[in-house]
Amino acid sequence: MSGVATSDLDLHAGGALSESPEWLEPVRRAAAERFGQTGFPASRDEEWRFTPIGPVTQTAWRPAPTQPDELEAKSLAPFVFGHPEWSTLVFVNGIYSPALGSIGNLPAGVTVTNLAEALRADLPLLRQHLSRHAPVDGSPFTAFNAAAFRDGGLVHVPAGHDLSSPVHLVFVTTVEAAGAAMHPRSLIVVEREARASVIESYVTLADGEVYWTNPVTEVAAAAGSWLEHTRIQRESERAFHVGLTHVDQQRDSHYRSFTLAMGAALSRHNLHVRLNDENVETLMYGLYLARGEQVADNHTAIYHDRPNCRSWEVYKGVLDDRSRAVFNGKVFVQPEAQKTDAKQTNRNLLRSDLAKVDTKPQLEIFADDVKCTHGATVGRLDDVGLFYARSRGIPAEAAERLLTYAFAAEVIDEVALEPVRLELDRLVLERLGG
Amino acid sequence: MLEIKDLRASAGDKEILKGVTLTVRPGEVHAVMGPNGSGKSTLAQVLAGHPAYEVTGGSATYDGRDLLDLEPEERAQAGVFLAFQYPVEIPGVTNAYFLRAAYNEVRKARGEEEIDSMDFLDLLEEKLKLVEWGPEIMSRAVNSGFSGGEKKRNEILQLAVLQPRLAILDETDSGLDIDALRIVAGGVNKLRAKDRSFIVVTHYQRLLNYIVPDYVHVLSGGRIVMSGGKELALELEAKGYEWVEAAAGVTAGATA
Repeated sequence: MSGVATSDLDLHAGGALSESPEWLEPVRRAAAERFGQTGFPASRDEEWRFTPIGPVTQTAWRPAPTQPDELEAKSLAPFVFGHPEWSTLVFVNGIYSPALGSIGNLPAGVTVTNLAEALRADLPLLRQHLSRHAPVDGSPFTAFNAAAFRDGGLVHVPAGHDLSSPVHLVFVTTVEAAGAAMHPRSLIVVEREARASVIESYVTLADGEVYWTNPVTEVAAAAGSWLEHTRIQRESERAFHVGLTHVDQQRDSHYRSFTLAMGAALSRHNLHVRLNDENVETLMYGLYLARGEQVADNHTAIYHDRPNCRSWEVYKGVLDDRSRAVFNGKVFVQPEAQKTDAKQTNRNLLRSDLAKVDTKPQLEIFADDVKCTHGATVGRLDDVGLFYARSRGIPAEAAERLLTYAFAAEVIDEVALEPVRLELDRLVLERLGG
Repeated sequence: MLEIKDLRASAGDKEILKGVTLTVRPGEVHAVMGPNGSGKSTLAQVLAGHPAYEVTGGSATYDGRDLLDLEPEERAQAGVFLAFQYPVEIPGVTNAYFLRAAYNEVRKARGEEEIDSMDFLDLLEEKLKLVEWGPEIMSRAVNSGFSGGEKKRNEILQLAVLQPRLAILDETDSGLDIDALRIVAGGVNKLRAKDRSFIVVTHYQRLLNYIVPDYVHVLSGGRIVMSGGKELALELEAKGYEWVEAAAGVTAGATA
C-alpha cells in the first residue's frame, strides 16, 4: 500500500468540482473512496509487475495550474496537422484553451466541446455516459482520474450523422506543468449508424520536464456506428503517462484504434474494448518506439461477450538503446460468444543488445466454436533484407532506416484516414532520422 | 570488365568456392551452369557482397578495382547488379519509393543530381514496358504478396532502372512459367548492350534458349570444370551433369 490517503484527493482543490452537476458528486466520491482503499498498485500486483511505476506513485505531484498557460497558436504548429476545417480542441496543462483551436463547422446536432463546459451546461448525455464505461474498480489510476478530472474533450455524434472531418483533441504540457499531475477525461459518443474520426494527441512544449499525465477516455459506439480513434503520445521523455481508453461497442459497430507511443520516460496505455453485442468488428493497431531508457507499456483487453464478432489486433515495437517494452494482450471469450474470430499479433524489433521486451498474450476462451490465434515475436532486422537493399545501392544505415520504417509502416498503413496516416509516417520517419 | 582469379569462399566452416577463375569482357553474356550445390548461387552472391559468405582466397577485379574490398552498396553504385533467386519482400515500402531511393543513390555515386518523384515516374513508364507492366505495380509494397513470376519481373525492372554495367542473374528462371520466362528473358535481351555484361546463373538450359550466351561454364564442386560456347548448354541438357563431372574427373555430388 502506498501512503496516499483519500485526503490527498481533495476534490475541491483547484475548483475541480465547483461547477460540476450534483449527480457527479457521488460518482467522484465513490472513485476517491475506491482509490483510498486500494492506493496505487504495488509492484507485486500482477497487472503492474513489469511496469516500473515507482516514480509515479512515490512523487508528491502538485495539482496542475488552474489557469491555462498563455500560448501563441503558432507554438502548436508541430502538433496540429490535417486540414484547417478540422475541429481542433487544445488543452494546455489539462485546461481547455479555446483561442488555440477551432471547433470548425460541424453538422447540425453534432457536439464537440470541452468537458468542463459540458458539465457546466449539464448536458444530458453526460449523465448517461460519463464515468459509466470505464469502471473505477478497474485500476487505481482510473479511480484517481474519476475523482480528480477537470476537463477534456467531448464528442457526440447523433444517430445517422457522418462527422465528415475529424476531431483532434490536443493535450499539450508547458513548463508550467513541471512537477504537476494532470487527469484529462474525454468522452466520445457515436450514436446509431453514425460515423466519426477522433484523434487524441498528448504532446509537450516542455521537453525534459517531469510531469504526470493520467488520461482516461471513454468511448460509446452504438449499433451500426463506425469510429476511427487515433492516439498519439509524444510526452516529454522524462514525463510519465498512464492512460486508459475504454470502449463499449454495440451490435454491428466498427471500431478501429491506432495508438502511437513515442514519448515519456514511462508510458502505459490500457485499451479495453467490450463487444457487447453481435456482429461487432474491432481493429486495434499499435506502434511504440522507445529509446534511451524509455519504457513503453501497452496492455490491451478485448471482451468477447457475444457471438459472431471479430477482433483483429497488431501491435509493433521498435526498441533502441536500453529501452524496454511491455505488451500484454488479453482476449476473453465468454461461453456464449460462439463464432468469435480473434487474432492478436505482437512483433518487436530490437535494434540494440540492451533493449528488452516482455510480451505476454493472455487468451481466456470459454466457448468451443471459435477461431482465436495469437503470436509474438522479438527479433532483429533481417540480414537478407538489409543485403537486398544494400545490393541496390542503398547505404547500410539508410537500409536499416528503410527496413525499420517498413516494419512500422505495416501498421500505419492500416489507418483509414489519409492525413492521419501521413502524419504518423512523418513522426516515425523523423524519429528514425534522415 | 570482371576478372575473377582462383576465388575461394566459405559459409561458416564449409568451403563452397574452391578456386573459381573467370574473365568477363564488356558486352559478353556468360552462363554459369551446374548441379545443385555446385556453388553457382554462392558465386553470384559473393560477387554482390553477401555478408553470409567469407572470401578466403583469390581475387575479383572489376574495372580495375578490387571488387571484394567494396561494401555491397558500393558495388551497386559502381554498376554491379544481382537479380536475386529469392527476391526479398519489404511490406510497408512501395516499389516506387524503394526503386527511386536506389536509383538516387546510384545517381549520387555517379555525381548526378537526385531526381524527384515526378521525373522518376516518367523514367519508369518506359522501363515498365520492358517487363510488360502498367504503373499499378509501383504502388504495391516491394515484392510483398507478389507471385514468383512477378518477383522475377520486378528484379528485371530494377535492373532496367539502375542500368548496371555487370548484371548477375541468379536462377532467374526458377519458378517461372513459360509466359513469365518469355517476359523476363525478353526484358533482359532488350537490356543487352555493348558495354553491359551478364553472368546468367542457371540450372537448366531452358533459359538459354531465350537469353543466348556467348560462353557457357560448368561449375562443379566449387570450380569451373568445363567452358565452351552456347552449344555446351545443349550438350549438357542431353547428357546431364554427371557427364561433365566424369569428363572432368570430379566425384559427382562430392560437395552436396
